Amino acid sequence: MFGKLTLEAIPTDPIIMTTIAGIVVGGLALMAAITYFKKWGYLWTEWITSIDHKKLGIMYFLVALVMLLRGFADAIMMRSQQMMASGGAEGFLPPSHYDQIFTAHGVIMIFFVAMPMVIGLMNLVVPLQIGARDVAFPFLNNLSFWLFAAGVILVNVSLFAGEFAKTGWLAYAPLSGKEYSPGVGVDYWIWALQISGIGTTLTGINFFVTIIKMRTKGMSMFRMPIFTWTSLCANVLIIASFPILTATIALLTLDRYLGMNFFTTDLGGNMMMYVNLIWAWGHPEVYILILPAFGVFSEVISTFARKRLFGYGTMVWATIAITILSFIVWLHHFFTMGAGANVNAFFGIMTMIIAIPTGVKIFNWLFTMYRGRLEFTSPVLWTLGFIITFSLGGMTGVMLSIPAANFVLHNSLFVIAHFHNVIIGGVVFGMLAGLTFWFPKAFGFTLNEKWGKRSFWCWLIGFYVAFTPLYVLSFFGAVRRMQSYENGDWQPLMIVAWVGAVIIAAGIACTLIQFYVSIRDRKQNQDVTGDPWGARTLEWATSSPAPFYNFAHLPEVEGVDDFWRMKERNGGVAPLSEAPYQDIHMPKNTWEGPVLGGLSTVFGFALVWHIWWLAIVGGIGMFAVFMARIFREDVDYYVPAAEVERIESEHRRRVEADASSSTHATQAGGQA
Amino acid sequence: MSGHASHAEHSHGSVKSYVIGLILSIVLTIIPFGVVMTGSFSTAVTLLIIVATAVAQVLVQLILFMHMSTKTDEGWNVTSFVFTVAILVLVIGGSLWIMHNLHLNMMIG
Amino acid sequence: MSTDTLSNQDDHAHEHDHHDTSGTKLFGFWVYLMSDLVIFGSLFATYAVLLRGTADGPTGAEIFELPLILISTFLLLVSSFTYGMAVLAMNADRVAQVKTWLGVTFLLGAGFIGLEAYEFNHLIHLGYGPDRSAFLSAFFTLVGTHGLHVIFGLIWILVMLIQVQTKGLTDMTRPRIMCLSLFWHFLDIVWICVFSFVYLMGVL
Repeated sequence: MFGKLTLEAIPTDPIIMTTIAGIVVGGLALMAAITYFKKWGYLWTEWITSIDHKKLGIMYFLVALVMLLRGFADAIMMRSQQMMASGGAEGFLPPSHYDQIFTAHGVIMIFFVAMPMVIGLMNLVVPLQIGARDVAFPFLNNLSFWLFAAGVILVNVSLFAGEFAKTGWLAYAPLSGKEYSPGVGVDYWIWALQISGIGTTLTGINFFVTIIKMRTKGMSMFRMPIFTWTSLCANVLIIASFPILTATIALLTLDRYLGMNFFTTDLGGNMMMYVNLIWAWGHPEVYILILPAFGVFSEVISTFARKRLFGYGTMVWATIAITILSFIVWLHHFFTMGAGANVNAFFGIMTMIIAIPTGVKIFNWLFTMYRGRLEFTSPVLWTLGFIITFSLGGMTGVMLSIPAANFVLHNSLFVIAHFHNVIIGGVVFGMLAGLTFWFPKAFGFTLNEKWGKRSFWCWLIGFYVAFTPLYVLSFFGAVRRMQSYENGDWQPLMIVAWVGAVIIAAGIACTLIQFYVSIRDRKQNQDVTGDPWGARTLEWATSSPAPFYNFAHLPEVEGVDDFWRMKERNGGVAPLSEAPYQDIHMPKNTWEGPVLGGLSTVFGFALVWHIWWLAIVGGIGMFAVFMARIFREDVDYYVPAAEVERIESEHRRRVEADASSSTHATQAGGQA
Repeated sequence: MSGHASHAEHSHGSVKSYVIGLILSIVLTIIPFGVVMTGSFSTAVTLLIIVATAVAQVLVQLILFMHMSTKTDEGWNVTSFVFTVAILVLVIGGSLWIMHNLHLNMMIG
Repeated sequence: MSTDTLSNQDDHAHEHDHHDTSGTKLFGFWVYLMSDLVIFGSLFATYAVLLRGTADGPTGAEIFELPLILISTFLLLVSSFTYGMAVLAMNADRVAQVKTWLGVTFLLGAGFIGLEAYEFNHLIHLGYGPDRSAFLSAFFTLVGTHGLHVIFGLIWILVMLIQVQTKGLTDMTRPRIMCLSLFWHFLDIVWICVFSFVYLMGVL
């Protein structure tokens, strides 16, 4: 009846038990609160079924922040274990648990923190930057989010029922095959990634078409903001690489479920093909994460240096070059597998070449700051921290790209330190800069600067304290993924690394406090004009938070950073929309997206536990809901011009009130 | 609706183009099939014929049936197709090259 | 007069409203097909790598029945043509013809699937199922994935037959028939590659 699922699947480890209890109590309290305040209807109509790209972006970010807490809890446990388990001591985590933790940490941080942050930011910003009212396929956008959420739920359910994979985040075969991983851990990994990966592919298609087809009048390709450019390239990478992941996971699934022999050790299988395929996706994946971060830094630096970005054209071409090069370097993840000198040399050289367009970008940012009037806001601090940290990480990457050096360094803590150097220094810093920068556009008030800067310093210092020791240890031969180690001399540096992790924890705490303080003081921090930073691109041309239709009149663009020109022509302030208004054609909310997401969760869970009847029910359910969607005709409606006028004049009234009160304030200040 | 007919003519083909497409497809299928079945050429030549007719037939489908053209979508459909094929060449070609070398170096199988 | 979220080419949006949105849909579907092409590319690469992994089981030359495959190929090629006829009928607003050609396409596609089912069943019956060797795993998966796509296409044809029957040729059904057309021809392209690289080269 329930396949492999029995009561014994619920773990009895005290750490996990406590976590489960905490999540259950917290979850029940949250649901009770929603019920008490009668917010279920609001949640359903305003958020869950919403096709508004801005709200979906916020939801992506929210889930990402929650998952960041879980992924970081894994990190703290790993650092604590390695701090304690010195000289052969056992520490507090048995190997089978430790293996699940480092796997979960990698999977969660990449797929369920970094990816949703990047996609969330694209959702929030890209349609606004190109002057569109929504994405090309709004229903699909909602569905993508709920497929992603299904993956998140499956990963978290693995905590309650059964186990997670003990294979490392990419589940190399044959370790992930049926023979060596007979439990359900790898199956959770498979279905969480497969379902959310399909959601990501749909997002990639959606945003690619949005950017190609829905740009406002006058916005040619070479007038697009850099963040839109980097998002475009990231989406091209998603479309071209995620199908490889889908296929690879499907083949592993066939091995595990139908006894096929793709990656097995016998009957002609070839486990090295798994490694090859997974990295053919995996390398483009890291550029999917970093390119939008590059875009964020470009927007931040040109805004706060009060200058047009230095070398717009070279920035675009560097981005395109990285996009293509990212498909010819994947072997550098397995130099030591034995493809030989010729193959290694080719991929080593290609990897080194990627440093050139990346270097171009670094110089562009530096020259944008040069002779600019740089304002040291927290987004700028994140950017400066990024430039230094990412350059260092890039250099250790070039070291790893030398095959001969790689034979010494591979599988050591050097690799761990390197990719955290670029992912924390690049993606995390970029996403936190982007969060601070675009937060007012999403919510209508700015984030508290003091706590933002504290968060930055904790992250920056914490990163170096945590990962410099790992670089050092790697030269003494410390390999990755160790549950304990014999050499007691390593312990001092492991303790330093632990301290670094704690400092980063303080940084995360500062961010949470920052949210609390900012929401508390939201009246003082209100962004009335919609342009709190004096920025340059179209997303700032509408009110904050942006109305659900984004723009009352679609803007017309005559050049790069056209909002800046609009303000200059209008005496330095953003022009407000003028009557007459028109009816606006908008898509309707959808119940099908969240229901499909829910059913795919059921489907995935049933397959993990081999509950075949439930999988069939889930599958048929998904088909039925999809059919319901296909036959539905009332998918759009018109917002009446009067409604648009009401919202726009409300905004005008607030801006004018704010302008006159601030004039009074300056006059009063002048007299005093 | 009058817009439809004129719009249709230049981008959705005509009976004539579909008939030509069908005939070409059949011919381009029979040639390699015949070559393989009769075995009248060396393996290298046969391989060449198979690849050439396959590529030709793919182009027939793309142009005559799918109406891929630089004139629609500002050429983005052609661009995306060419990009995808380039990526496939890199990934498939690269994989085969890597796996072939692994095979030689490991001396397995 | 209204402006449209689904297309930002404002100046002609009010003239051919539906053309622009259907153009976006068609382009979006094209991009989806590109991503699907990458899935097939991965499967082809895997097949090529595992070609020699027969584990003392049969090779391609021993199990492929080319005459049968030639018939399959012709069924699919002709179905591509008949689908084209359906599109032409749609452009001429001939609803009955659209339904007829869609029906013919469905039958040809179903015939293709029938032959594939026969081939698979025959092989499994001989003990050459997908779990016999890595080569057979790759073969069944590559050809089977194409077959699953065709089955999906058949279901889609049925849906379109129902929608053309109940809703007629509308701004909703027209772009879908065009997307399905791309899908159907795309499956033909994949099959040409399967036919050439798996079957023909397999018996050399």
